[in-house]
This record gives sequence, structure tokens and C-alpha cells, in this order.
Amino acid sequence: MILYSLTFYLFSSVAVLSALMVISAKNPVHSVLFLILSFVNASGLFVLLGAEFLAMILVVVYVGAVAVLFLFVVMMLDINFVKLREGFLQYLPFGALLGIVLVIELGILFLTDRSSNIYNNQTPLQPIVNEVENTKMIGQILYTEYFYLFQICGIILLVAMIGSITLTLRDKGGVKRQNIDSQNTVDASTAIEKKKVKIGEGI
Amino acid sequence: MITLEHYLFLGAIIFTLGVLGIFLNKKNLIIILMSIELILLSVNINFIAFSAYINDISGQIFAMLTLTVAAAEAAIGLAILVVFFRNLGSIEVNKINQLKG
Repeated sequence: MILYSLTFYLFSSVAVLSALMVISAKNPVHSVLFLILSFVNASGLFVLLGAEFLAMILVVVYVGAVAVLFLFVVMMLDINFVKLREGFLQYLPFGALLGIVLVIELGILFLTDRSSNIYNNQTPLQPIVNEVENTKMIGQILYTEYFYLFQICGIILLVAMIGSITLTLRDKGGVKRQNIDSQNTVDASTAIEKKKVKIGEGI
Repeated sequence: MITLEHYLFLGAIIFTLGVLGIFLNKKNLIIILMSIELILLSVNINFIAFSAYINDISGQIFAMLTLTVAAAEAAIGLAILVVFFRNLGSIEVNKINQLKG
């Protein structure tokens, strides 16, 4: 139990600190790297809660895909980041005030709302104990009860993929593209050309 | 002893940091997108903490839905950012006023 608490505090403090660094780092590349650290620590917390499959998915999808996408964009675009940081300190007092108020309000909400059934007992949070492992449990429910949700996820990803491709596709000159219409309408009269070649000469 | 409140507080703190990131980096569109990712991460933490607490696997399914939406949102947002940078040569948020809204 004490080990569980220690692990929780380790992962959560690193996650919070790196989240703080994400929003305050001077260099956006550092921000992306701290975002990766934050996600890895959050996936450690998910393992503590017994959600192993989601922890691995978080690492694969976020660290492997989304964060690398961010890194690509940050490095690909030639941006003057010093100019973008102007006004950071100007908004700091108001932002800090807002943040403190938000945290206090959320905390009060958690601590006072004990009338509802969920909060009644103060049992320690444990992973779901079952003879079936986590991945199998998710699979059993995902493909039966939540099958439409699963398919909607696929459609969302498809739309996002098509959208981002059409947004960033541009027609640069000098690129040879396949024209399927003109390929299909070719017949012998347009495809073949007869030439008279004189003996001893080229075309 | 780690109870549900610990996880909820962690989610609240990360959510607040995400909101704060949007406030502080008002000009940098990339940091704003990363702050949105942080907010969605805190939502995921809450989903999974509640899923473990009430002993129901459904919360993890919804966390997966959040993950999907977050990935799609990041892809679209970065695509818009690239197009915007191509047209204006800058990613300052206060320069996004071509629609005159």
C-alpha cells in the first residue's frame, strides 16, 4: 500500500511538473518533449489504476504519433518564437489568479459533494480485480455493447485524415500526375504514330 | 492511502494548467494545441479513475473515444496551422482575422 502511494505521488508530481513546463518553456521543442514526459507519466498512472491497455495505447498514440507530429511541425516551420513570447508576463497575473480560483473551486467540489452515492465510502482506489485481463475485458465490451461507438471512432479518424490531406495538399507546378480519363480514352489512332525513316538516318 | 480524490485533484490540476497555457501563450498556436492535449489528458485521467472506482470497464471505452477525438483534433489543428503559416508566414493567433468576424 505504501509502495502504491509512493508510486502515485512520483508519477503524478512528475506529470504535473512537466505539464507546467509545457506551458512555460521558452523553446517549443522543449515543450513537446515535456508533453511526451507528461503523457508517459500519465500512462504510468493508468497502469496503477489497472488500465494497462489504455496505458500502452496512450504511449503508442500520443508519444508515437501525436507528439512526433507536433515535433515535425515545430521543426518544419521557420518561426520566430521569441516574438511569439511577447506578452507572456503581461497575462501572468490574471492567468495565475484564474488558475488558482479554478483549482480551489474544483477541489471544493470534490471535497464537499459527499451526499452522492459515489463518494460515500473512503475505500482506497484499486485496479479492477477480475480473472479476465484488461485487454480482453475491453475487447469483449467494445465489439458488442459499444460497437457503434467504435465505428464512429473509425469514421472520425477517416474524416480527420481526409480533412488534413485536403487542407495541406497544394498544386505545385511541374508535378506530373496521372490523368485517368485521358488514359482510358486512348485508342490506336492517338496512341500510335507512323513515321517514315530514311535509310541511314535517325528520326 | 490513495483514494479517488487524489486522482480527481490530479486531473483538476492538469486541466487548470492546460487552461492556463491557453491564457499565457496567447500568440503561439502550437502551445495552445498542446494545452488542449493536456486538457484532454486530464479528462482521460478522470474517466479511468472513475472506471476503477466504480468497478466498471465502460469508462475505459470512453477514454478511448476521447483519445481518438484528441488525435483527430491534433491532426486537423496542425494541418490548419501549416496552411496558415504558408499563407501568412507567421502563427500569431491575433493575425487570424481574415474572415473579419
